[in-house]
Amino acid sequence: MLTDFDPVLLARMQFAFTMSFHIIFPAFSIGLASYLAVLEGLWLKTGREVYLDLFHYWKKIFAVAFGMGVVSGIVMSYQFGTNWSVFSEKAGPVVGPLMAYEVLSAFFLEAGFLGVMLFGMKRVGRGLHFFATLMVALGTLMSAFWILSVNSWMQTPAGHAVTDSGQFVPEDWLAVIFNPSFPYRLVHMVLAAFLTTALVVGGVAAWHHLRGRSGPASRKMFSMAMWMLVLVAPLQIFAGDQHGLNTLEHQPAKVMAMEGHFESHPDGAPLILFGLPDQDAAQVDYALEIPKLSSLILKHDLNAPLDGLEAIPHENWPPVAIVFWSFRIMVSLGFAMLGLGLISLTARWRGKLHDWRGLHMVALAMGPAGFVAVLAGWVTTEVGRQPFTVYGLLRTADSASPLAAPAVGASLIAFIVVYAVVFAAGTFYLLRLMNHAPKPHEPGLKRGQPIRAAGITSAPSMEPNEMMGPREENAK
Amino acid sequence: MISSLDLGTILAFVVAFSIFVYVVMDGFDLGVALLFPFFPERHDRDVMMNSVAPVWDGNETWLVLGGGALFAAFPLAYAILMPALYAPIIAMLLGLVFRGVAFEFRWRTERGRFLWDIAFTGGSLVAAFAQGVALGAILQGVTVTNNAYGGGWWDWATPFSALTGLAVVIGYALLGATWIILKTEGTLRDHAYTLANRLTYTTLAAILLVSAVTPFLEASYWQNWFAWPRILLTAPVPLGVGVLAWLLLRRLAERRDAWPFPLTLALFGLCFVGLGVSIFPYIVPDTVTIAQAAAPRISQIFILVGVAILIPVILAYTAYAYWVFRGKMDPDEGYH
Repeated sequence: MLTDFDPVLLARMQFAFTMSFHIIFPAFSIGLASYLAVLEGLWLKTGREVYLDLFHYWKKIFAVAFGMGVVSGIVMSYQFGTNWSVFSEKAGPVVGPLMAYEVLSAFFLEAGFLGVMLFGMKRVGRGLHFFATLMVALGTLMSAFWILSVNSWMQTPAGHAVTDSGQFVPEDWLAVIFNPSFPYRLVHMVLAAFLTTALVVGGVAAWHHLRGRSGPASRKMFSMAMWMLVLVAPLQIFAGDQHGLNTLEHQPAKVMAMEGHFESHPDGAPLILFGLPDQDAAQVDYALEIPKLSSLILKHDLNAPLDGLEAIPHENWPPVAIVFWSFRIMVSLGFAMLGLGLISLTARWRGKLHDWRGLHMVALAMGPAGFVAVLAGWVTTEVGRQPFTVYGLLRTADSASPLAAPAVGASLIAFIVVYAVVFAAGTFYLLRLMNHAPKPHEPGLKRGQPIRAAGITSAPSMEPNEMMGPREENAK
Repeated sequence: MISSLDLGTILAFVVAFSIFVYVVMDGFDLGVALLFPFFPERHDRDVMMNSVAPVWDGNETWLVLGGGALFAAFPLAYAILMPALYAPIIAMLLGLVFRGVAFEFRWRTERGRFLWDIAFTGGSLVAAFAQGVALGAILQGVTVTNNAYGGGWWDWATPFSALTGLAVVIGYALLGATWIILKTEGTLRDHAYTLANRLTYTTLAAILLVSAVTPFLEASYWQNWFAWPRILLTAPVPLGVGVLAWLLLRRLAERRDAWPFPLTLALFGLCFVGLGVSIFPYIVPDTVTIAQAAAPRISQIFILVGVAILIPVILAYTAYAYWVFRGKMDPDEGYH
């Protein structure tokens, strides 16, 4: 039955499906790792228990999310070869080493120190434990650095030559790594991860506020999350705008699809707010548009000419409707985040940050907004890159493995079934962990209490008050 | 001036090293999970899982490095082998998904705990078997047409790949049993001794069977092993396996906790050397050599710089992480 399908389309569906599941977890864990480092740092600096309580609370959630990120990430690293072997062979000399650097400088760092961070608080001193937490956070950021460099190179390839056989050969590694879209994409994604985490933290705190279970820890994290939104949402909107201008310069077809511009506009292009793009008819039906605003945004000139998709060959068009809509979802959510930040600022100013149910309901509703925005943003940039894997140079249709449709179809079904089970369970456990309000800690280990394993008590841990970390309740 | 071929060979050793480190390190994690059915007691399982919980993630990262380094340094080999091993690789990845999440999920539920125990063991079993099948499929050779995989998506399924699949499962179980001996005390350890003893014999049988079949798979394998004077160099490998196995059985009988695990590691090391003897200098047996598959020189140098600087650092902090969790397990410890 699967033989009638196009194997390349199936491979694309599989990549899109597994990638979309995967990105949810890094988007959360990049921000959460940094948040944990901040919490532990504040605890060490101020000695206030509330930070340690929050650290332990989010640590457990981090462990579950990180685990799911790891297992879904390994799938991604092998899928380049299993499903995109022609791409791997041709682009391998460029993107392979960058991904190897990601493993060497990021994955090992995260994994090596994660164990110490999760399990080692009673075994190493405070300083070393904090160092481990910092290394985990650094690892997540390094990982973002390399993988976004790879992705950006596929979007805006630079610093390479192409051999007669069509293989990409690096010529200048710095030009490859710091290709034109990389700095923008890196900033945009890391800020997105921070916002995603802030929204989750704020949403969880709001939930406990609404349920009337908020203690000092919930209040503290709500306040921190709202500050984060106030500070980062405007930065993100600015970074997104800059990223868009960069895309206009290097991947104009993507921006045309984002804007829904099929026609060229020699004297000022309208901003299409909403409408139904029709790829075959090359027009946007029921378009609601503001004249000349697109030219103003993209060119800072009301009358600047902007080309439409009609200016480029039809076979190089990305699927317009998907890009058009995903872009609008991302942008609206970005402004909604800014809105939430501003409302919280007003509430804080009036001293009602922790008592205003309306604010808490909005914060709760916005809890998952970061994930949706991240997914929408990635759909925009990845679908907008089509029909190429390496933009302008290697077509997606020429990148796939020589696999028959039944093979890819079977694996796609297997991924859908397994991910549905595993990630449904994971989400359920995460929500259940979040449903418990963070508690003031239970009595810590008393000094002199035997730690049974021989020879594991390192010298700093014998200091008075050093090992007073709360003993975690056995989460049921 | 180092020639391009030399760089390729060095990188082939880097890839082989990563895969070997993966095999033995995740081998004991997977092995511990494979032994869950023999330890029905909930508390025993808690201790077993906690003995690998702080390190499994780092261990699994070597798999990503093995694949990543192959991709980076030998894109042609990666592009041929991955589609050739499509089904086993996908099965392994899905198995690792279940195994990986079980580490966290198991502690998050009372009622569903047995389900995640099954996922832990089942996922590990699928992953271990699939890895063995992949090994067998590579050893028996893959169809290459025009520098790409040219076979079907069931080509890997042969009696030989089933044998290697089984052999890897048994070998990992032995690694797991000796790890438990190293890390635990009391009845848990005693039971692991019994299992390790039996598993040593089955592992030896598996090594023997695979070794007996392998030289007949490709003409070059036979040459690599038995051609004069090469045999002077290759003969110590099977002899070493014999000596190590004898030593391992002795130490198991003497119940010296610290010995069985490193001896099993050495046993794996020799088997790995044996595989290298068969395959070298090919990277896709009998069709693509290391030199043919090598990435351009500029890519090789870039990878080698990263490897030379970062692998020692990685080994250092990995050693530190193991040092932090050294010694016998505290049965009541865990962050959950």
